[in-house]
Amino acid sequence: MIFLNQLLQGVFLGGYYALIACSLSFLFGVMRIVNLAHGSIVVLAAFLLFVLADRFEISPWLALIAVVPAMAALGWLLQRFVLDRALRGGLLVPLLATFGLAIVLDNALFETFGADTRSLSPFIGDLSFDSWSLTDDITVGKMDVLILGSAVAMLGAVSLLLARTRIGRAIRATAEDPGTVELIGIDARAVYGMATALALAMAAVAGAFLAMRATFDPYTGGAQLIFAFEAVAIGGFGSLWGTLWGGIALGVAQNVGASIDPSSFFIAGHVTFLAVLVGRVALGRVAA
Amino acid sequence: MLTATGLSKRFGALVVLSDVDFSVRAGEAVGIVGPNGAGKTTLLNILSGTYPPSSGRIAFRGTDVSGLDAAARCRIGIARSHQIPRPFHGMTVFENLLVAARAGGGLRGRAAEQKCLDALGQCGMLKLSNRPGATLGLLDRKRLELARALATGPDVLLLDEIGGGLTDGEAAELVAIILAIRARGIAVVWIEHIVHILVQVVERLVCMDAGRIIAEGDPKSVLRDAAVIDAYLGPSAAHAAVG
Repeated sequence: MIFLNQLLQGVFLGGYYALIACSLSFLFGVMRIVNLAHGSIVVLAAFLLFVLADRFEISPWLALIAVVPAMAALGWLLQRFVLDRALRGGLLVPLLATFGLAIVLDNALFETFGADTRSLSPFIGDLSFDSWSLTDDITVGKMDVLILGSAVAMLGAVSLLLARTRIGRAIRATAEDPGTVELIGIDARAVYGMATALALAMAAVAGAFLAMRATFDPYTGGAQLIFAFEAVAIGGFGSLWGTLWGGIALGVAQNVGASIDPSSFFIAGHVTFLAVLVGRVALGRVAA
Repeated sequence: MLTATGLSKRFGALVVLSDVDFSVRAGEAVGIVGPNGAGKTTLLNILSGTYPPSSGRIAFRGTDVSGLDAAARCRIGIARSHQIPRPFHGMTVFENLLVAARAGGGLRGRAAEQKCLDALGQCGMLKLSNRPGATLGLLDRKRLELARALATGPDVLLLDEIGGGLTDGEAAELVAIILAIRARGIAVVWIEHIVHILVQVVERLVCMDAGRIIAEGDPKSVLRDAAVIDAYLGPSAAHAAVG
């Protein structure tokens, strides 16, 4: 029973990883932009929500209504003034540009907010600790269910957007061949701008849940980036639903590892990631 | 309908086009021939807005469009196809057209779908609608390139060596499609090395060499022009042909 519980909690933890990986998976898998600032951007959104909740006493849910569009606008600016130039410089330049951005963001947050650890959990009432008891041994946190549900909803929404809508098809076509879409009347720069805006809007949602389920400080971004990246890689680059399975695989591996030996929580996740990567290369199916 | 005056293009010190005047009337089919490096593709790129000219201006239906980029020109009715077909591999043939009809043609919903079906039918591709772009052979890729350009609802279609690499039978199919497009009143500007398929479609031929137009007019007389033979085969051949 305890093992089953570990497995279940691993699935929910994986839901969280999938949620923070949505934005990365979309930018990386669909738009072919490696965003090393992803973790820092998620933490930035968390701080924005914290400021609104702490100083202005706005409920984090309500604050999201303001922060999501603000982050989308930031995404558009990021594309226009940083990524657009960087992308023209080949593969390495966006990597360096977003790495630099991560350093700037982390330290700007440190400068502004100091090293204190923060959390949004005091602002959301019972939700942060409420749970349903399924059996004597198994309880399911309400927040965990909400996070897994949000991950599924967000990945589903993006998949539908890409498959079915006008802008989704324009995004797919532009990601594949930015030169040719100009000839069929699509402004590639505008499409890239919208895609990055969408990615940062998703990062804002991820930041909200990061801040509600746990604590964060200005340097939390790095770890979030690694987990998100591993979820995307395990699930397969370019596959949005794969990211959900990748996140869950990572979460389950970590929890199972921890139940064998408490100190092997992280290493079990990293080993799974490595095993999947090596397995793909061995089978000659690495998609990058 | 599409009129370019005094077009020049320099890449650094290299002059690729110098003072070219070029125009197409509504519904007209114009062929462009010339040796490699004559500036044909550069002219097409400037007409389509891929890059701006170093000097000169371009008017479309009486309005100056010199400042518009390729996407904006496509939306007002100037479409072009690539020399090497570039389908969106990850999309079906129908989706390839749908993006074009919506973005380039500004159509929505049913109207966009109908436009795609028309263009597919016109290019004989209806059966291939659900095939992924990546799985098409060369002729079908060329047809897709044409169909996708048609889906944007152009008034002028700029074709860059669409006949290259095809067998005679395949080229004949392509000619039939382009003739049908013309019959719909869409003007065609076509660069082609394979002159014998070009002359089946065009009513006016322009010959370029070294960034200039050296002859233009009725296809037969242009092909007999001494300067044209000179450009293709060298001065002695011209002498022999005239003599």
